[in-house]
Amino acid sequence: MNKLKKVFSKENKVLLGELVRTEFKLRYQGSILGYAWSLLRPLVMFLILYIVFVKFLRLGGDVPHFPIYLLLGIVLWTFFADITSQGLGSVVGRGDLIRKIRIPRWIIVLSTSVSAIINLGLNLLVVLVFMYFNKVDLLETSLWFPLVLIEIYIFGLGLALFLSASFVKYRDISYIWELVLQAGFYVTPILYPLTLITNVDYQKILLINPVAQAIQDGRYALVTHQTLTTTQVFGHAYYRIIPVGICIFVLIGGVLYFRKNAKSFAENL
Amino acid sequence: MKDVMISVESISKSFKLPHEKQGSVKNAFVNIFRSKRTFEQQKVLNNVSFDIKEGEFFGIVGRNGSGKSTLLKLLAGIYSPDRGLIKINGKLTPFIELGVGFNPELTGRENVFLNGALLGFSRKDMDAMYDEIVAFAEIEKFMDQKLKNYSSGMQVRLAFSIAIRAKTDILLIDEVLAVGDANFQRKCFKIFRDIKALGKTVVFVTHDMGAVQEYCDRALMIQDGEIVDIGTPREIALRYELANTEDQSGSTKSKKLERPKNPSIQIKDIKIKSGGKASKRFSIKDEIVADVDIEVSKSVAFQINLFFVRSSGVYMAGINSNEHLGLENYKLPVGRHTLRCKVQAGQLVKDEYSVGVGIYTEGYSPDLIDIIDQTYTDDTPQITIIDSSIYQDGDFYLQGEWLETKNTKK
Repeated sequence: MNKLKKVFSKENKVLLGELVRTEFKLRYQGSILGYAWSLLRPLVMFLILYIVFVKFLRLGGDVPHFPIYLLLGIVLWTFFADITSQGLGSVVGRGDLIRKIRIPRWIIVLSTSVSAIINLGLNLLVVLVFMYFNKVDLLETSLWFPLVLIEIYIFGLGLALFLSASFVKYRDISYIWELVLQAGFYVTPILYPLTLITNVDYQKILLINPVAQAIQDGRYALVTHQTLTTTQVFGHAYYRIIPVGICIFVLIGGVLYFRKNAKSFAENL
Repeated sequence: MKDVMISVESISKSFKLPHEKQGSVKNAFVNIFRSKRTFEQQKVLNNVSFDIKEGEFFGIVGRNGSGKSTLLKLLAGIYSPDRGLIKINGKLTPFIELGVGFNPELTGRENVFLNGALLGFSRKDMDAMYDEIVAFAEIEKFMDQKLKNYSSGMQVRLAFSIAIRAKTDILLIDEVLAVGDANFQRKCFKIFRDIKALGKTVVFVTHDMGAVQEYCDRALMIQDGEIVDIGTPREIALRYELANTEDQSGSTKSKKLERPKNPSIQIKDIKIKSGGKASKRFSIKDEIVADVDIEVSKSVAFQINLFFVRSSGVYMAGINSNEHLGLENYKLPVGRHTLRCKVQAGQLVKDEYSVGVGIYTEGYSPDLIDIIDQTYTDDTPQITIIDSSIYQDGDFYLQGEWLETKNTKK
């Protein structure tokens, strides 16, 4: 209990706030459009994918509001990719601090994840605007949507802790993770509706991935009930215990691994 | 009995230095199958123990690579010891260097707040202190410029003025005096005095024996990862000097010249005093008194020269007796005599000097009778000129003065 109090002490909160602020200030340093890039990036990405996959390849024709469905998937995936890839480099990137000052090391990883949350917030605003113009009905299940975000956050943070700590020792991790994210982007039903895969076994395998399960549930909750979720694929809602379990397992593992290695960050950097 | 603020109990620390930098997954993978990885275990600290009491100004001295920075990092909690225990009783500054976390892309103002947060200050705290910090650093005009456009001196000043505001019981200071101009150094010294007056505990790592003797209550000397000695600043400063000269003489030992054998006048001893007491430290107003004991076995005309050699080995200046004791035919009868030489310490700049004495035959091309000097022997008297001359640089104290000659009033 006392330890938890220490974790959320005033000093730590102040430091976290200041680190996030700095990161935000520096991110678009020197660019003309500045913060607008936070919105522009996913929008342009969305536009490209929309033109290629929806207009040219005619995917998702039978899914209502497919553009929104696509956009939400991209936004959620970007959230996950941001947390993990920025978290990965955070400890090494702030080596100057770690070698010379005693601050809780996890704050550095946490600060990048908070930046990712802010980014997500901006992107979700864009999604809401599109939903309004696309006349998507407000679903009751929208109330469940935050749970999806929490799940992705937990999974991403756990991975970020693990990745950032191992990146101190093994610099190949960044290249490996880049490839994993690339593969993950296609293995996760982001661009295509899950219904495109007809083999149920494959659908099951894909939905074990917490991000895939979360994205599908998010779409179901916010955009359209015509989304294939874990409930339908596995036959029962309780099967979510598998991806959720993975998330919790990854977070605990990440925290333990990080704690074990944090002591020697200063000398290994 | 004051409370112990920092207690270090037999800590050891070593680093693994891989022979082949093993920074990739492939190597790590390959090494799993190799029976032994090749790395060197470098012991940086070995079984180090000491206590620092409340309100003490504690110096840690040692040469480069002696382990003093590692020790400081262990105290700061940046490294953790392999073995042993460090108990800290109170709040400790978390940084060991000034300006940690300064970002060149941010403005001075933004950096102040970021740096403050690293020390645990909220925005509100910093707002209250902001003006004071900027005024102390003397850079009001530049606060909205990016830090990368600051001179290094400005950065240090800004960092220092934030750092001294840290509300901690124990302050860790590592070689801050090496930077900044003379004016700012003087300010730092003043702050040190203030900190000392407040009764804060300070751990001060330095090479500067003058500063150690000036500010520290106690000091520790570390060499090759082990404590050589803990004691008064004076003892430690001497010890440090000794270790340094030992090392220098180690390489030049073979080159030592031989003193003349059975000279007609032999130098027996040189005693350095100040105000009647034996002394090795002198400040600007002190008079260096050197009593030279000589034994005359054959009464010959001679002249005597007392001289100062800087720590760099450069012959600084000497004072010859013929102006004072007579140019020609100055003799002393057979027996033991003491000659006294007085020199104003303020003419020498801050440094460590070895004192030498030479006795020569009279005339303009004299022969050496006897000498005590670094190049002949190791046990020359050593003196330290302290803070006296932080106001000037160069090789000697230039005497003279500044005046206003004309005042035109408007």
